[in-house]
Amino acid sequence: MQNGVPAIGLRDVAKAFPGRGGTVPALRGVDLAVAAGEFFSVLGPSGCGKTTLLRVVAGFETPDRGEVRLDGASVDGVPPERRDVNTVFQSYALFPHMNVFDNVAFGLRRRGVGRAEVRERVGRMLEVVELTGREKARPDALSGGQRQRVALARALVNRPRAVLLDEPLAALDLRLRQAMQGELKRVQREVGVTFVLVTHDQGEALAMSDRVAVMNDGRIEQVGTPREVYERPRTRFVAGFVGTSNLIAGRVTEWRPEGAVLAFGADGRVVVPDASARSGEPLEIAVRPEKIGIGRDRPDDARCALRGTVADVGYLGASTTYSVATAAGDVVVYAQNDDATRTPAARGDRVWVSWHQRHSYALDAASHDDTNPDADRRPPTRSGGGPDGAVRSDAEADGSARSGAARRGGVA
Amino acid sequence: MIGRAYTWLLLGWLLLPVAVMALFAFNDTENRGNTRWQGFTLRWYQHLFDRPDLTRAFATSVVLALVSTAVATVLGTLAGLALGRYRFRGRGAVNVVVLMSVACPELVLGAALLSMFVTLNVPRGFPTLVAAHVLFSLGFVAVTVRARVAGLDPAVDEAARDLGAGPWARFRLVTLPMIAPGVAAGALLAFAMSIDDVVVTGFTGGSTVTFPVWVYGATKTGVPPQANALGTLLFAAGALAALAASRRRPRQSSEPKITEEISR
Repeated sequence: MQNGVPAIGLRDVAKAFPGRGGTVPALRGVDLAVAAGEFFSVLGPSGCGKTTLLRVVAGFETPDRGEVRLDGASVDGVPPERRDVNTVFQSYALFPHMNVFDNVAFGLRRRGVGRAEVRERVGRMLEVVELTGREKARPDALSGGQRQRVALARALVNRPRAVLLDEPLAALDLRLRQAMQGELKRVQREVGVTFVLVTHDQGEALAMSDRVAVMNDGRIEQVGTPREVYERPRTRFVAGFVGTSNLIAGRVTEWRPEGAVLAFGADGRVVVPDASARSGEPLEIAVRPEKIGIGRDRPDDARCALRGTVADVGYLGASTTYSVATAAGDVVVYAQNDDATRTPAARGDRVWVSWHQRHSYALDAASHDDTNPDADRRPPTRSGGGPDGAVRSDAEADGSARSGAARRGGVA
Repeated sequence: MIGRAYTWLLLGWLLLPVAVMALFAFNDTENRGNTRWQGFTLRWYQHLFDRPDLTRAFATSVVLALVSTAVATVLGTLAGLALGRYRFRGRGAVNVVVLMSVACPELVLGAALLSMFVTLNVPRGFPTLVAAHVLFSLGFVAVTVRARVAGLDPAVDEAARDLGAGPWARFRLVTLPMIAPGVAAGALLAFAMSIDDVVVTGFTGGSTVTFPVWVYGATKTGVPPQANALGTLLFAAGALAALAASRRRPRQSSEPKITEEISR
């Protein structure tokens, strides 16, 4: 996927806007390579700089430093009207005084494409977005989903190197949004054009993209496939923003071939494969709540295990959420309700929570917490747990600290 | 019920003087003193242009209104665009000046213009009339266009840019059609302001006589029914233009509706 010249390449792109007390940085040096034909998403909370990133690529903003390349050629100083990318705006920005056909034909006519070819290409594109027969309709006579498709056709008909989509589904209601996710993906596959989609909705990004870049505070924290980003978040921010994670901070007590070992209390043990930390060094790890099992019996020695008391049970129909106070702090567990006759634990029960060690992963020490305003409000470890460290669950600690934090299955 | 009665009362209140004017254009009266109903005639419409001085004044008024409206519409549209779309140094000051030109009493404006023309030794006549009329109608165009521009989604202009349109193409194909209702409303206002102006015209016209100034002068000796006929025609033209403008106005909101079914 990464071989060849990227369709869109950014190198050390920075941009600041005038604001209170000087300038407010929106991009703090972004490097990015989007391959041709890829469905690429930029995911992040509002204000993280993702829309600025898109506008820099489209040419509406001039970066303070760094370089943007389209198919390997620098577009420094090239205005938006001469850049070979087209944007689908969040408000769609259809021309209200033109009908659907004229809206879609606008870009072709600007480039002097002949009448017959305009008619043919617009007609074909309206077929792709399933709007054949609505050529004469004005935008205000269309539904939101139809407007969205007109905006998409208006961009795609020019056969640009890439289509940039700025929160294209944000103005739609939930049901329509889900239908349009599939629609966007289908159109992208059919046309084969590079898509760069900006969104704050992790579900959207994970469901549609080939690759996702997670952005925070003007920087890209991680780039990877949806699975990589979800299963192996590299930074604390990614672990908390994409899905929910249990963050466990402690000190490495032992280093063995299978990984670094952190001990909690008398019989609690957490193993992290491929951690670079040595004995005695601090380490923060994350575990997804759905990877954790809960039970009354002591799990076998190969598993990471913590002993604790069930503090809270939340029944959600398909699954149950447990909050378990362990020797080190609270651990959140999502358990599938696959056996209606059995309830694994109730409030106050003494239980074991355990998971396979391949599901615990070390968070990057070089996380950008130094620039994160939340960092100083949040101690790296919390006392009250065991002598060696503490467990912190995003689900309970983050509600106030970080409004952008996403719940699993929810929308930030 | 009460609402409907109120509507008709208001319409009657507004239109009664016009109806009287139109009616007395058909009054079979002597040339002077058109105040008592004498019977129906079409004579005054048949002899509409029989009074050369009145005809000349009417023609002057129409030409003056057309010229000053054209100039005020172009300048006012550009000013309204700038005020509605861009942030620039002196924007606040321009806003105040535009508002002042709308709010300023005509008497003050007329007197000020006269003293300025006298001081600068500019001969009063048709050119000074055009300048004065442009001055007091420009603000109306600028204000209506500014309101229209402020309601536009700035992303639409960016979309046109994104699709390859340069500055002139964007203005011609996107911005102008979208603000057209505001421009038309402003132009109508400007025309109406100019065609019936007496005060500023009296100060700045020198020996040039316009239709309203002529009628104003004629009230001392008696207004001929031709003035009623011409006035009725003017009113009809204005009413038609206003009707056309309101018919063509597109629906206001361009916001996407949030709630809707999945429609294929």
